[in-house]
Amino acid sequence: MKKTITLFINGQRYSHEVEPRLLLVHYLREVVGLTGAHIGCETSTCGACTVLLDGKAVKACTVLAVQADGRFVTTIEGIAANGSLDAVQEAFWNEHALQCGFCTPGMILTAKQLLAREPNPTEEQIRHGLEGNLCRCTGYQHIVNAVQAAASRSGD
Amino acid sequence: MATTTTKSPALLVGQSLRRREDPRLITGTATYVDDVKMPGMHHACILRSPHAAARIRGIRTSRALEMPGVVAVFTGEDVAHLGPVPCGAALPGLRVPAHTVLARDRVYYVGHPVAVVVATDRYLAADALDAIEVDWEPLPAVADPEKALEPGSPAVHPEWPDNIAFTYKQEGGDVDKAFAEADVVVRQRLVNQRLIPVAMETRGVVAEWKPGDRQLTLYTSTQIPHLVRTLVAGMLKMPENRLRVVAPEVGGGFGSKLNVYAEEALMAFVAMKIGKPVKWIESRRENFVATIHGRGHVDYYEVAAKRDGTILGIKLKLIQDIGAYHQLLTPAIPTLSILMMPGLYKCKNVRADLIGVFTNCTPTDAYRGAGRPEATYGIERMVDILAAELQMDPAEIRFKNFVGSGEFPYQTATGLSYDSGDYAAPLRKALETVSYKTLREEQRKAREAGRLIGIGISTYGEICALGPSASLPCGGWESATVKIEPGGQVTVLTGISPHGQGEETTFAQIVADELGVSIDDVVVLHGDTSLVQYGIGTFGSRNTAIGGTALYFALQDLKEKLKKFGAMLLESDDVVWNRGRCVCMKSGKEVTLPEIAAASYRAMKLPENTDPGLVATRFWEPPNFTFPFGAHIVVTEVDSETGAVQILRYVAVDDCGKIINPLLVRGQIHGGVVQALGQVFYEHAVYDENGQLVTGELTDYAVPKASYIPAIESYHTETPSPVNPLGVKGVGEAGTIGCTPAAVNSVVDALSHLGVRHIDMPLTPEKIWKVIQDRRTA
Repeated sequence: MKKTITLFINGQRYSHEVEPRLLLVHYLREVVGLTGAHIGCETSTCGACTVLLDGKAVKACTVLAVQADGRFVTTIEGIAANGSLDAVQEAFWNEHALQCGFCTPGMILTAKQLLAREPNPTEEQIRHGLEGNLCRCTGYQHIVNAVQAAASRSGD
Repeated sequence: MATTTTKSPALLVGQSLRRREDPRLITGTATYVDDVKMPGMHHACILRSPHAAARIRGIRTSRALEMPGVVAVFTGEDVAHLGPVPCGAALPGLRVPAHTVLARDRVYYVGHPVAVVVATDRYLAADALDAIEVDWEPLPAVADPEKALEPGSPAVHPEWPDNIAFTYKQEGGDVDKAFAEADVVVRQRLVNQRLIPVAMETRGVVAEWKPGDRQLTLYTSTQIPHLVRTLVAGMLKMPENRLRVVAPEVGGGFGSKLNVYAEEALMAFVAMKIGKPVKWIESRRENFVATIHGRGHVDYYEVAAKRDGTILGIKLKLIQDIGAYHQLLTPAIPTLSILMMPGLYKCKNVRADLIGVFTNCTPTDAYRGAGRPEATYGIERMVDILAAELQMDPAEIRFKNFVGSGEFPYQTATGLSYDSGDYAAPLRKALETVSYKTLREEQRKAREAGRLIGIGISTYGEICALGPSASLPCGGWESATVKIEPGGQVTVLTGISPHGQGEETTFAQIVADELGVSIDDVVVLHGDTSLVQYGIGTFGSRNTAIGGTALYFALQDLKEKLKKFGAMLLESDDVVWNRGRCVCMKSGKEVTLPEIAAASYRAMKLPENTDPGLVATRFWEPPNFTFPFGAHIVVTEVDSETGAVQILRYVAVDDCGKIINPLLVRGQIHGGVVQALGQVFYEHAVYDENGQLVTGELTDYAVPKASYIPAIESYHTETPSPVNPLGVKGVGEAGTIGCTPAAVNSVVDALSHLGVRHIDMPLTPEKIWKVIQDRRTA
């Protein structure tokens, strides 16, 4: 039994008929065509599928699309405003905070939430805040540097 | 003398440029395999064995075929005509089980593919998997390689009841004499546990068949697109020029995608059979059993030495857990460990006996470092054990045994020729960085106060830039094509297949410097066999040392041609190439690269014996491996009440030869070290006695998280390699190779006064706590 849902994704309104069991990440990737959220585990462990749901970081592999009905979703594709990169994106680039890039969209969105909660995080707070997102390439240190750099830039 | 009329811009090689591949990755617009979408695309899901060993008495697919959206179900009989999953490594007497694309009458490990369901939608394909009925007859299984060698153990492959896949011996010098003359011999069993690579992107394949053109395209998450093309074409019995393989954005590999997998040929078969594109994306649970594992050594070491610490001889009995099958390079991996046995030391007498053992487990193969972390762990643990036995300082015993800086090229007892080095330099730098003497004093005081502080050293060497073709089953050279386009921009087609290492940036740095063009005018392309001339791919820290060198020589060829056109345009036979311009030595007149490019394609006039256009291709065969080296020091504190280990300091001094981009080198070191810390403290692929993978998910298999890991202090010495004109050695695996012994040495050092000599990885709090409790009650 399909259900009609309406979401506001990156500032745009979308309405589709979906199966109740359709995961939000599959909805975003395959119905809407936003493939920036990646699927790394399907068990909420790796965080590659992280998006912001009403401003809060969620793992889109364990949220049903119907649960997001009527809500606001921000994906990695939606954070660069008017063609200029978000401060966190820019910092990830400058600090070499990514290698293969697969975890990066989720990592950036988690970092955005972290900075929204704590604009001047300590290294320990950053590492704790990123616990839900796995990266196999960088050893995390450049990611920590990037979050620190983004924090100091937005504090300017 | 020629004079330049413009000031040369600064050279880019050696600068920390941010990566040119990043904009697509940080905006979510890169295309990984699962992002490929095609009209009419179907989805496949694979039924896998839940048993480690079982007979298949029958398979019924009729119920699955009736499920909504299902268009086909294929089993082993349907693909029996496909060639086997290839093993590229050849050793004398190697037993190679028939590795069919889908199991037929028997399965050999949990995860063994049995059937494939194809449906219009991935949810419907997954639904239909449950409707396939398999009549299983479970059989006894064996998952432990040492148990598999015991008489009466279940036979993994009934045709070889001893479970021996191969044996291999290598000897250098006179080992028996060395041991007879030794003052001291130390022995230790060391386990390098089974690991799961866990690239963040699982594997995946999209296959598209165009019957009109008889062209098959495979998008696959691989490190070796050209080798996949050759080998999958062979499995399909298809001419190679009818198959195009594309490695799109690849989300990490670490060796796990240095392979050819059943699913690549299987999806090709499905696409041709149903006449529609098909996509298969490995789930994480599948990835844990269907993609190769790493390590899986049990090593029995004996080291003979003089009382002054001089190492005389090394003996090694190496038991390699093969798993149920050979994948592409499985049997070759432990032979790399043997080559690296003596480490950085002058020991000329070595003997290794290697046994490859079949188990009812996922096949092992190359995992970041591939044989070299195991070797380094072995020698570096043994040197520490020897130092403890002789009551010598672990730094001192290393200095005593290093190959001297004046002894290069140095011939090892295992037949290698170390290219260049100053092995003492990184150790000195690391010791200075941690203030070693003061640190030892602090350790002593802390110990008196009841704190358990450890200082661990490792000094590692590695075989990189794999490698001369004679050393690999697939060719070890690399290729580059450089095209200067009519407008003067530069396009590079490289045979390597980077997936995070950053060669779109570092290769552009090399091009910009050599040709004197703006880096913004350089595009580096890779990973598509229809676009790029044949290449070998990315593994064994070979991208820059071999692929970069092929690029370098192609650039030299182009510079010669640019000079010929320049000389013609300047009407002079005395010209030089200077940073993007051809300059007449006599008149000082010059023509720019874009002017020459335009003239070469317009071809109104051509220099003598010169073709139009500016394209050069080079295939470069390296004369030797390169041998990076370094020293890592880890300071730890063990909590005696909980067994938890805290890393107080991690200092890495790595010499990877000439550095093209320090920022990217640092990224490689950090990543490698953290992956190795995963092995040291957290990761272990645990099978139960029935061959069930107990750690079959990310919820059970502990990959390091940001909060587990300390900051790593990364430093370098820079000893150019004479093997290639760039002087580079390679850095992709250094971190994983240097780290494990340094960290384990540190924890053992912290507990040494309690009489602890060795603890096998992973050093979990539980394990350490038990060791401490045992010692206290002893």
